[in-house]
Amino acid sequence: MSGTNRFDPYDGHDGHDAHGAEQNDWIGGVGGVGGVGGVGDDNEVDGPGKHGHGEHDRSDGHGAHDGHEDYEKRRLDDRRGARPEDPDRGTGRDPGRDGGPADPPPPDAAAGRSAGEPARIPKPRSSVEDTGLPLPEPAPAPLVLEHRVLKALLGAWALAACSPEEATAVEDHLGGCGACADEALRLRDAVGLLHPPESLDLDPTLRTRVLAGCLDRRPPRIPVPEWAAPYDAESARLDALLQDIGDAEWHAPVRLRWFEGDRPASRRTTVAGVIAHLLTVDGLVALALGLDDPLDAPAKSPGPADRTEAFWQASRFPPTRSVRGPWREQAHNLVRTVAFAGGGSGRLPVSYGGFELPLRDAMLDRAFECWVHAGDIAEAVDYPYEPPSPRNLHAMIDLGARMLPTALAARRQAGLAVPGQTRHLVPAGAPGRSLRLEIEGLGGGEWLIPLDSPGALASPDREVAHVALDGVEFCQLAAGHVSPEEAAAGQLGDRDAIRDVLFAAASLSRM
Amino acid sequence: MARRDAPPRWDRKMQQRLARGEAAALGELYDRFASLVHGLAHRVLGDEHAADGITREVFAHVWENPEAYDPKQGPLRSWVATLTHRLAVQRLRANETAALARDGRGSTEELEHRVRRASVAARADYIVTSMPTPLRAALELAYFQRRDYRQTAADLGVTEDEARRRLRLGLQLLSTAHDTGPSAAGTQPGYGGGR
Repeated sequence: MSGTNRFDPYDGHDGHDAHGAEQNDWIGGVGGVGGVGGVGDDNEVDGPGKHGHGEHDRSDGHGAHDGHEDYEKRRLDDRRGARPEDPDRGTGRDPGRDGGPADPPPPDAAAGRSAGEPARIPKPRSSVEDTGLPLPEPAPAPLVLEHRVLKALLGAWALAACSPEEATAVEDHLGGCGACADEALRLRDAVGLLHPPESLDLDPTLRTRVLAGCLDRRPPRIPVPEWAAPYDAESARLDALLQDIGDAEWHAPVRLRWFEGDRPASRRTTVAGVIAHLLTVDGLVALALGLDDPLDAPAKSPGPADRTEAFWQASRFPPTRSVRGPWREQAHNLVRTVAFAGGGSGRLPVSYGGFELPLRDAMLDRAFECWVHAGDIAEAVDYPYEPPSPRNLHAMIDLGARMLPTALAARRQAGLAVPGQTRHLVPAGAPGRSLRLEIEGLGGGEWLIPLDSPGALASPDREVAHVALDGVEFCQLAAGHVSPEEAAAGQLGDRDAIRDVLFAAASLSRM
Repeated sequence: MARRDAPPRWDRKMQQRLARGEAAALGELYDRFASLVHGLAHRVLGDEHAADGITREVFAHVWENPEAYDPKQGPLRSWVATLTHRLAVQRLRANETAALARDGRGSTEELEHRVRRASVAARADYIVTSMPTPLRAALELAYFQRRDYRQTAADLGVTEDEARRRLRLGLQLLSTAHDTGPSAAGTQPGYGGGR
């Protein structure tokens, strides 16, 4: 729960302008139902010190309660029977205990009076300090409060959230005030309606099923391109995770990990920092589509890492959960925009600074990054997080497999590839040495990777090696979360070729 | 209280987008309302699978009949909540009626009582999630954290007067969950603004 000065938890609103408006509407909406006067005044909510609105709303028309008051008060008292202060109430007040008019008079008090003479004036109570008995709790002077004050206390009273003295004062008042007794009952009943919130972990696969069912019944005129569906699904899944985490968890430390020049690299940030990273890099796609750039600070380069650093540094304060709204809004806008642009827009180039991807692959890449970083966040806040659906996982693996030849070429150019004796350069379009990549598990499949140049044709006849690994393991490798040496891969054939491919997969990772 | 003349822009745009068959709009609709819909259905039916079914029905209904929503009548959120409530209560009554016919145990009155109780509980959930955050925060502290109103005031950084006021107002809102319309129990829920 957040206080008045905290960020409102983002609730999925699309436009910032709509947010406040709808909130206000709600205050009005709910209040209008039961005729609770004054509820609709949203200005009241944040106005400390303002009170009394609605004080008079229930004072009228309740004069005919005479016969019911005692009954209602008894019911109320019965229900409050379990209150902890009740057993002690009366301690020190009971005239029959601890010395009082009924006790035999102490000798000195009776002196000077003949035996049997009735006392015309009540005898003073002996002091309990003189009796040697344990001291009772000091009896509080009964509170005398105005109707207005007592009425304002009814909510706190119904929740057992006021002092015992105040509770007594309220209860005494209920016996004589029908309007308050009526409201007290109503509020007491309302307390019974408070439930601990149910854990609302929606099954993430439900979204796909529900949407597919709808689209079956009424085919869309403007469908979401197939290649944008994984991004749509993964951003929805991450958003559901973010919905569940508390304010403090947004600042939980996260280490971003990737491979750079065959060596693991990392950068420390927070959960909110990760979302800022996704927002800024998704922004590359937004830019390609002519949407607003979420980054309004100059970056050293237009690449993902420099943009992210620029975003982080542009604010004097670390990112908070407030970054969720802009990230989610941009994600929705991307899906919406590519849907309008249509399937043909998939070839539109998206610049990542040092390289380009066609839009359809960029959207897959962003879906992949969304999943990978959702996994980072889930680990940081200790939540379970499942891999994408088999269909989406397959599309991501396919993207990785298609990017491997270019990554191999880049490694060769950087002098990182093993210059094996068997290395042949083949002309573009000609069949070349190939590696069979076998991905196991849901979403898996087989890919033939041309080893000699991105332009070469993969050829089963020229297969020199065979690597088998699990789909999620391959993705972890491509995300830089598992090192090529440690990847659990079944290997057969040319060791050097296999090593090159595994390192090339790791080199697909970046901040 | 003053009713807003124009419904929130988002609601109107959403309706237009659904009407013109934008699949992306359906996804956004789901993202905004799925947990509300599923939560209400689950509160009424007490069963995950049944709540999934209601969720499917509700979104299919909105997708197939976007024009059934009238933005002038109130926010889309309350319309969706009302629809969910109606379908879930219908389902509960049908389930219970079938069970009654099958086993012959219990009475129609008991059945109606159970339906009514589930209906009120769902409405109460909705009111809690829809009430202004400051009121919800106060109730949360006083009820779930067992803070008294003075501690609540300190925790929220408001005066004690204000804390008392928020607790009372919050409960007043919540108590409207019992209010039902003139028709059969629970079919006219107080999903405010959706009148």
